[in-house]
Amino acid sequence: MLQKLKQNRFLFEELVKRDFTKKYKRTVLGMLWSVLGPLMTLGVMALVFTKFFGRTMDHYIIYLFCGNLLFSYFRESTNTGMTALYNNAGIFSKVNVPKYMFLLSINVSSLINFGINLLMLFLFCAIDGVAFTWKFILLLYPIGCLVVFNLGMGLILSAMYIMFRDMKYLYDVFTMLLMYVSAIFYSIDAYSQQTQYLFYLNPIYVYIRYFRKIILEGDIPQLSFHLLAAAYALVALAIGALIYKKKNYKFLYYI
Amino acid sequence: MSKPIIEVKNVSIKYVIGDLRNIGLKEFVMKKLTRNYQVKSFVAVDSVSFSLYQGDMLGIVGTNGAGKSTLLKAITQIMVPTNGSVKVNGKIAALLELGSGFDGDLNLKENAYLRGAMLGYTRKFMDEKYPDILAFSELQEFEQRPFKQLSSGMKSRIAFSIASMMEPEILILDEVLSVGDGAFREKSEAKMREIIEKGKVTILVSHSIAQVRRMCNKVLWLDHGKQIAFGDTAEICDMYEEFLKTKKLPEKK
Repeated sequence: MLQKLKQNRFLFEELVKRDFTKKYKRTVLGMLWSVLGPLMTLGVMALVFTKFFGRTMDHYIIYLFCGNLLFSYFRESTNTGMTALYNNAGIFSKVNVPKYMFLLSINVSSLINFGINLLMLFLFCAIDGVAFTWKFILLLYPIGCLVVFNLGMGLILSAMYIMFRDMKYLYDVFTMLLMYVSAIFYSIDAYSQQTQYLFYLNPIYVYIRYFRKIILEGDIPQLSFHLLAAAYALVALAIGALIYKKKNYKFLYYI
Repeated sequence: MSKPIIEVKNVSIKYVIGDLRNIGLKEFVMKKLTRNYQVKSFVAVDSVSFSLYQGDMLGIVGTNGAGKSTLLKAITQIMVPTNGSVKVNGKIAALLELGSGFDGDLNLKENAYLRGAMLGYTRKFMDEKYPDILAFSELQEFEQRPFKQLSSGMKSRIAFSIASMMEPEILILDEVLSVGDGAFREKSEAKMREIIEKGKVTILVSHSIAQVRRMCNKVLWLDHGKQIAFGDTAEICDMYEEFLKTKKLPEKK
């Protein structure tokens, strides 16, 4: 495996370079936009929910930011990941390359976007007077889980997309639904205990909750919570890898 | 005789066609419900066997849809044969279809590096070879242009330059040499002779019998996936030209 990764490093670097060139069209503004976009969304949401709906939670902006940050990363990564295989059909039907490389490379740019926005979150934390503690280091855990989860979902979605071209519309509807049940702009405290547990069926909510617990409550989640976060990621990756392994030579028939 | 570089034994490849291409989920469900979902598989390559040794240059001839490209996909390991086996000893540089796999938004250099990476070479190797590639293609003044602004002849020139400069042990060319202007065609044929003289194996798919006669020492003739003949160039080219006139396949020997 490691040997294979080493062998494919050059390919990986070149693919990442290509994806960057295509995405930002060699402009600085293109990169700036990827930071400004989420910030503007955050501004609109903050305005709507504090002024019109009168949310008066402490550090509401940070609460909102955590939710938005993780959800946007999930949405961007899976949306670009979904078309990764199809967009490279011209390559893998002519040259024998490992097909998951396309997904890995396209994920790099959404991960970098996420990193930049994460720094913005910390900046907002400092401005909003949130206390920084050593526990912030633990944020690496849900980030790692989410990266793996996104990759797994990307594998699954890209395989489905190559089979069914209208997946994109269905998935848009699905992500919208997922956003509303991820408690991004509301708190689930008002619901009964049972209903609150139902939210844990949503992997994205689990990762968002982890962030908020560390940042806003300065509290480390329980061990079972860690296991749940990892389980979602590994199951998604395992299903995705299995599909790719099984369909590796069959993707060709669909394009 | 020494070990064969490419050994194709009894290879059959099934290809699936029908409704599974370009279909949406709702269309799929509807067709399944109305029992209209049709997927057919057909044998694109049917029990083909041949071996190539060092210094061989194989020409593959046959009408459209004979299974030439599918056979090449099995040799380059893009597809796996349904039956039989393909054994390849060496690094392959394949050019299946002209200029395919190049990215329109990248410039010539970036595309060359990307192609090198896809063929499994290292950055160091590319740094070494890139000046030669550029010089051979004679496209220095277009180096910084996005690929989509180049003509198709230029694209095939750079494609050929990359594949041949990489010093692959096996070079596969699918109708690559038929484009490009006369001068470049001569230059590329000379380059290929040089590659063959170094003891490398080359496979050439071409509709130009004259070119096959000029370049190849062995010919494989496919028709509707079946192997009609494999052997010396002169004999099989004569048979094939006879077939093109009369449309009658020769009796099986």
